[in-house]
Amino acid sequence: MAAGKKKHWYDYLWIWTIVYFALGFFNILFAWLGMIDFILPLIFAIAGGNKWFCNHMCGRGQLFWVLGRNLKCSRRKPAPKWLSSTWFRYGFLTFFMTMFGTMIFQTYLVFSGAGSLRKAIKLFWTFRVPWKWAYNGSVFPDWVAQFGFGFYSLMLTSTLIGLIVMALYKERTWCTFCPMGTMTQGICRIKSKKGN
Amino acid sequence: MRRASNDTKRCVACGVCALTCPREAISIFKGCYAVVDESKCVGCGLCEKACPAGTIRVMEVQDGSR
Repeated sequence: MAAGKKKHWYDYLWIWTIVYFALGFFNILFAWLGMIDFILPLIFAIAGGNKWFCNHMCGRGQLFWVLGRNLKCSRRKPAPKWLSSTWFRYGFLTFFMTMFGTMIFQTYLVFSGAGSLRKAIKLFWTFRVPWKWAYNGSVFPDWVAQFGFGFYSLMLTSTLIGLIVMALYKERTWCTFCPMGTMTQGICRIKSKKGN
Repeated sequence: MRRASNDTKRCVACGVCALTCPREAISIFKGCYAVVDESKCVGCGLCEKACPAGTIRVMEVQDGSR
Protein backbone atom coordinates (compact mmCIF):
# COMPACT_ATOMS: atom_id res chain seq x y z
CA MET A 1 0.00 0.00 0.00
CA ALA A 2 1.34 3.41 -0.84
CA ALA A 3 2.28 5.53 2.14
CA GLY A 4 0.08 8.48 2.95
CA LYS A 5 -3.04 6.99 1.43
CA LYS A 6 -6.25 6.96 3.42
CA LYS A 7 -6.84 3.57 5.03
CA HIS A 8 -10.19 1.87 4.74
CA TRP A 9 -11.77 -0.88 6.81
CA TYR A 10 -11.35 -3.26 3.88
CA ASP A 11 -7.59 -2.75 3.87
CA TYR A 12 -7.45 -5.00 6.91
CA LEU A 13 -9.26 -8.01 5.46
CA TRP A 14 -6.00 -10.00 5.54
CA ILE A 15 -6.90 -10.53 9.21
CA TRP A 16 -10.04 -12.31 8.01
CA THR A 17 -7.91 -14.90 6.17
CA ILE A 18 -6.04 -15.74 9.37
CA VAL A 19 -9.24 -15.80 11.43
CA TYR A 20 -10.86 -18.09 8.85
CA PHE A 21 -8.13 -20.73 9.07
CA ALA A 22 -8.00 -20.43 12.87
CA LEU A 23 -11.77 -20.98 13.17
CA GLY A 24 -11.64 -23.98 10.82
CA PHE A 25 -8.89 -25.48 12.92
CA PHE A 26 -11.21 -25.65 15.90
CA ASN A 27 -14.52 -26.28 14.18
CA ILE A 28 -14.74 -27.37 10.58
CA LEU A 29 -18.24 -25.95 10.15
CA PHE A 30 -16.64 -22.50 9.96
CA ALA A 31 -15.16 -23.60 6.63
CA TRP A 32 -18.53 -22.72 5.11
CA LEU A 33 -17.74 -19.04 5.69
CA GLY A 34 -15.21 -19.37 2.86
CA MET A 35 -18.15 -19.40 0.46
CA ILE A 36 -18.25 -15.62 0.96
CA ASP A 37 -14.92 -15.41 -0.87
CA PHE A 38 -16.42 -17.46 -3.69
CA ILE A 39 -19.74 -15.68 -4.06
CA LEU A 40 -18.81 -12.02 -3.45
CA PRO A 41 -16.29 -11.71 -6.33
CA LEU A 42 -18.83 -13.32 -8.67
CA ILE A 43 -21.54 -10.86 -7.57
CA PHE A 44 -19.16 -7.94 -8.19
CA ALA A 45 -18.26 -9.31 -11.62
CA ILE A 46 -21.74 -10.31 -12.77
CA ALA A 47 -23.69 -7.38 -11.31
CA GLY A 48 -21.05 -4.65 -11.42
CA GLY A 49 -18.77 -5.80 -14.24
CA ASN A 50 -15.72 -5.09 -12.11
CA LYS A 51 -13.03 -6.76 -10.06
CA TRP A 52 -13.52 -4.58 -7.02
CA PHE A 53 -13.26 -7.63 -4.78
CA CYS A 54 -9.82 -8.59 -6.14
CA ASN A 55 -8.70 -4.98 -6.25
CA HIS A 56 -9.73 -3.96 -2.74
CA MET A 57 -11.20 -6.75 -0.64
CA CYS A 58 -9.30 -9.98 -1.22
CA GLY A 59 -8.00 -11.00 2.20
CA ARG A 60 -5.72 -13.61 0.71
CA GLY A 61 -4.06 -11.19 -1.68
CA GLN A 62 -3.65 -8.72 1.17
CA LEU A 63 -2.11 -11.41 3.38
CA PHE A 64 0.46 -12.20 0.66
CA TRP A 65 1.22 -8.49 0.49
CA VAL A 66 1.59 -8.12 4.27
CA LEU A 67 3.84 -11.19 4.50
CA GLY A 68 5.72 -10.66 1.27
CA ARG A 69 6.25 -6.91 1.28
CA ASN A 70 5.87 -5.69 4.87
CA LEU A 71 7.46 -8.72 6.52
CA LYS A 72 9.90 -9.29 3.63
CA CYS A 73 9.01 -12.95 3.11
CA SER A 74 9.16 -12.64 -0.67
CA ARG A 75 12.13 -12.71 -3.05
CA ARG A 76 10.18 -10.21 -5.18
CA LYS A 77 11.61 -11.68 -8.36
CA PRO A 78 9.61 -11.76 -11.61
CA ALA A 79 7.62 -14.97 -12.01
CA PRO A 80 8.01 -17.09 -15.15
CA LYS A 81 5.74 -15.81 -17.90
CA TRP A 82 3.83 -19.07 -18.34
CA LEU A 83 2.39 -18.66 -14.82
CA SER A 84 0.30 -15.74 -16.04
CA SER A 85 -0.33 -17.06 -19.55
CA THR A 86 -3.89 -17.61 -20.75
CA TRP A 87 -3.54 -21.38 -21.18
CA PHE A 88 -2.12 -21.87 -17.70
CA ARG A 89 -4.71 -19.60 -16.08
CA TYR A 90 -7.66 -21.33 -17.73
CA GLY A 91 -6.03 -24.72 -17.33
CA PHE A 92 -5.64 -24.12 -13.60
CA LEU A 93 -9.23 -22.86 -13.41
CA THR A 94 -10.43 -26.06 -15.11
CA PHE A 95 -8.34 -28.23 -12.78
CA PHE A 96 -9.62 -26.30 -9.78
CA MET A 97 -13.25 -26.60 -10.82
CA THR A 98 -12.79 -30.34 -11.44
CA MET A 99 -11.41 -30.73 -7.93
CA PHE A 100 -14.28 -28.62 -6.60
CA GLY A 101 -16.72 -30.91 -8.41
CA THR A 102 -15.04 -33.99 -6.92
CA MET A 103 -15.39 -32.44 -3.48
CA ILE A 104 -19.11 -31.78 -4.09
CA PHE A 105 -19.49 -35.41 -5.20
CA GLN A 106 -17.82 -36.64 -1.99
CA THR A 107 -20.29 -34.50 -0.07
CA TYR A 108 -23.13 -36.04 -2.08
CA LEU A 109 -21.90 -39.56 -1.23
CA VAL A 110 -22.12 -38.74 2.47
CA PHE A 111 -25.50 -37.08 1.91
CA SER A 112 -26.90 -40.15 0.15
CA GLY A 113 -25.43 -42.54 2.68
CA ALA A 114 -23.10 -44.22 0.16
CA GLY A 115 -20.07 -42.77 1.90
CA SER A 116 -19.17 -41.95 5.47
CA LEU A 117 -17.79 -38.76 6.99
CA ARG A 118 -14.00 -38.56 6.91
CA LYS A 119 -12.55 -36.22 9.51
CA ALA A 120 -9.46 -35.34 7.52
CA ILE A 121 -8.00 -32.56 5.42
CA LYS A 122 -6.47 -33.31 2.03
CA LEU A 123 -3.52 -31.12 1.14
CA PHE A 124 -2.50 -30.58 -2.48
CA TRP A 125 -5.27 -33.05 -3.40
CA THR A 126 -2.89 -35.83 -2.29
CA PHE A 127 -1.84 -35.83 1.34
CA ARG A 128 -4.41 -36.79 3.92
CA VAL A 129 -3.99 -35.01 7.26
CA PRO A 130 -6.08 -36.13 10.26
CA TRP A 131 -8.31 -33.28 11.46
CA LYS A 132 -10.65 -35.13 13.81
CA TRP A 133 -10.50 -32.55 16.62
CA ALA A 134 -12.38 -30.07 14.47
CA TYR A 135 -15.69 -31.94 14.55
CA ASN A 136 -17.53 -33.80 17.27
CA GLY A 137 -21.00 -33.86 15.85
CA SER A 138 -23.54 -31.06 15.60
CA VAL A 139 -27.20 -30.39 14.87
CA PHE A 140 -26.34 -30.60 11.16
CA PRO A 141 -26.24 -33.83 9.15
CA ASP A 142 -22.85 -35.39 8.34
CA TRP A 143 -22.69 -34.09 4.77
CA VAL A 144 -22.51 -30.51 6.08
CA ALA A 145 -19.32 -31.38 7.94
CA GLN A 146 -17.98 -33.37 4.95
CA PHE A 147 -18.34 -30.27 2.79
CA GLY A 148 -16.53 -28.31 5.50
CA PHE A 149 -13.55 -30.66 5.46
CA GLY A 150 -13.46 -30.62 1.67
CA PHE A 151 -13.81 -26.89 1.35
CA TYR A 152 -11.25 -26.19 4.06
CA SER A 153 -8.82 -28.49 2.24
CA LEU A 154 -9.33 -26.51 -0.94
CA MET A 155 -8.86 -23.17 0.78
CA LEU A 156 -5.77 -24.31 2.69
CA THR A 157 -4.17 -25.93 -0.35
CA SER A 158 -4.66 -22.87 -2.54
CA THR A 159 -3.34 -20.58 0.20
CA LEU A 160 -0.25 -22.79 0.56
CA ILE A 161 0.35 -22.66 -3.19
CA GLY A 162 -0.04 -18.89 -2.95
CA LEU A 163 2.47 -18.71 -0.10
CA ILE A 164 5.01 -20.77 -2.07
CA VAL A 165 4.80 -18.53 -5.15
CA MET A 166 4.80 -15.47 -2.88
CA ALA A 167 8.11 -16.57 -1.36
CA LEU A 168 9.65 -17.50 -4.71
CA TYR A 169 8.39 -14.65 -6.90
CA LYS A 170 6.39 -11.44 -6.48
CA GLU A 171 4.18 -10.95 -3.42
CA ARG A 172 0.90 -11.48 -5.20
CA THR A 173 1.97 -13.98 -7.86
CA TRP A 174 -1.00 -16.14 -6.81
CA CYS A 175 -3.31 -13.46 -8.23
CA THR A 176 -2.01 -14.11 -11.75
CA PHE A 177 -3.50 -17.61 -11.80
CA CYS A 178 -6.07 -17.44 -9.01
CA PRO A 179 -9.15 -19.32 -10.32
CA MET A 180 -11.52 -16.69 -8.92
CA GLY A 181 -9.47 -13.94 -10.54
CA THR A 182 -9.45 -15.71 -13.90
CA MET A 183 -13.18 -16.33 -13.70
CA THR A 184 -14.13 -12.79 -12.70
CA GLN A 185 -11.82 -11.23 -15.31
CA GLY A 186 -13.37 -13.52 -17.93
CA ILE A 187 -16.87 -12.38 -16.92
CA CYS A 188 -15.78 -8.71 -16.94
CA ARG A 189 -14.26 -9.09 -20.42
CA ILE A 190 -17.46 -10.61 -21.80
CA LYS A 191 -19.51 -7.85 -20.17
CA SER A 192 -17.31 -5.03 -21.48
CA LYS A 193 -17.39 -6.47 -25.01
CA LYS A 194 -21.16 -6.52 -24.90
CA GLY A 195 -20.92 -2.83 -24.15
CA ASN A 196 -22.80 -2.60 -20.90
CA MET B 1 9.41 11.27 -20.71
CA ARG B 2 9.19 8.04 -18.74
CA ARG B 3 5.75 6.76 -17.88
CA ALA B 4 4.19 3.46 -16.78
CA SER B 5 2.72 1.50 -19.64
CA ASN B 6 0.61 -1.65 -19.38
CA ASP B 7 0.39 -4.71 -21.61
CA THR B 8 -3.42 -4.91 -21.44
CA LYS B 9 -3.57 -8.30 -23.20
CA ARG B 10 -1.58 -10.03 -20.48
CA CYS B 11 -2.78 -7.93 -17.51
CA VAL B 12 -4.71 -9.97 -14.92
CA ALA B 13 -6.47 -6.92 -13.44
CA CYS B 14 -5.52 -7.83 -9.86
CA GLY B 15 -5.15 -4.16 -8.97
CA VAL B 16 -1.81 -4.33 -7.12
CA CYS B 17 -0.39 -1.53 -9.30
CA ALA B 18 -3.32 0.73 -8.45
CA LEU B 19 -2.83 0.04 -4.75
CA THR B 20 0.87 0.87 -4.81
CA CYS B 21 0.62 3.97 -7.00
CA PRO B 22 1.31 7.00 -4.78
CA ARG B 23 -0.28 9.33 -7.35
CA GLU B 24 -3.49 7.34 -7.83
CA ALA B 25 -2.77 7.38 -11.53
CA ILE B 26 -3.84 3.79 -12.15
CA SER B 27 -7.36 2.41 -12.33
CA ILE B 28 -8.75 -0.97 -13.35
CA PHE B 29 -10.87 -0.57 -16.47
CA LYS B 30 -14.12 -2.55 -16.09
CA GLY B 31 -12.32 -5.41 -14.38
CA CYS B 32 -10.38 -6.14 -17.57
CA TYR B 33 -6.98 -4.42 -17.25
CA ALA B 34 -5.09 -1.57 -15.59
CA VAL B 35 -5.10 1.85 -17.25
CA VAL B 36 -2.42 4.47 -16.53
CA ASP B 37 -3.37 8.13 -16.49
CA GLU B 38 -0.24 9.56 -18.11
CA SER B 39 -1.01 13.06 -16.92
CA LYS B 40 -0.72 11.86 -13.32
CA CYS B 41 2.04 9.25 -13.73
CA VAL B 42 5.52 10.39 -12.78
CA GLY B 43 7.26 7.20 -13.86
CA CYS B 44 8.42 6.21 -10.37
CA GLY B 45 8.15 2.49 -11.15
CA LEU B 46 6.52 1.35 -7.91
CA CYS B 47 3.79 -0.36 -9.92
CA GLU B 48 6.35 -2.19 -12.07
CA LYS B 49 8.03 -3.56 -8.94
CA ALA B 50 4.70 -4.76 -7.55
CA CYS B 51 3.10 -6.21 -10.70
CA PRO B 52 2.99 -10.02 -10.33
CA ALA B 53 2.38 -10.62 -14.04
CA GLY B 54 5.15 -8.26 -15.18
CA THR B 55 2.82 -6.47 -17.57
CA ILE B 56 3.19 -2.90 -16.30
CA ARG B 57 6.50 -1.30 -17.21
CA VAL B 58 8.02 2.15 -17.03
CA MET B 59 9.17 3.14 -20.51
CA GLU B 60 9.85 6.12 -22.68
CA VAL B 61 6.60 7.40 -24.14
CA GLN B 62 5.90 10.23 -26.58
CA ASP B 63 5.04 13.51 -24.91
CA GLY B 64 1.82 15.11 -26.02
CA SER B 65 -0.79 13.77 -23.66
CA ARG B 66 -0.26 16.61 -21.21
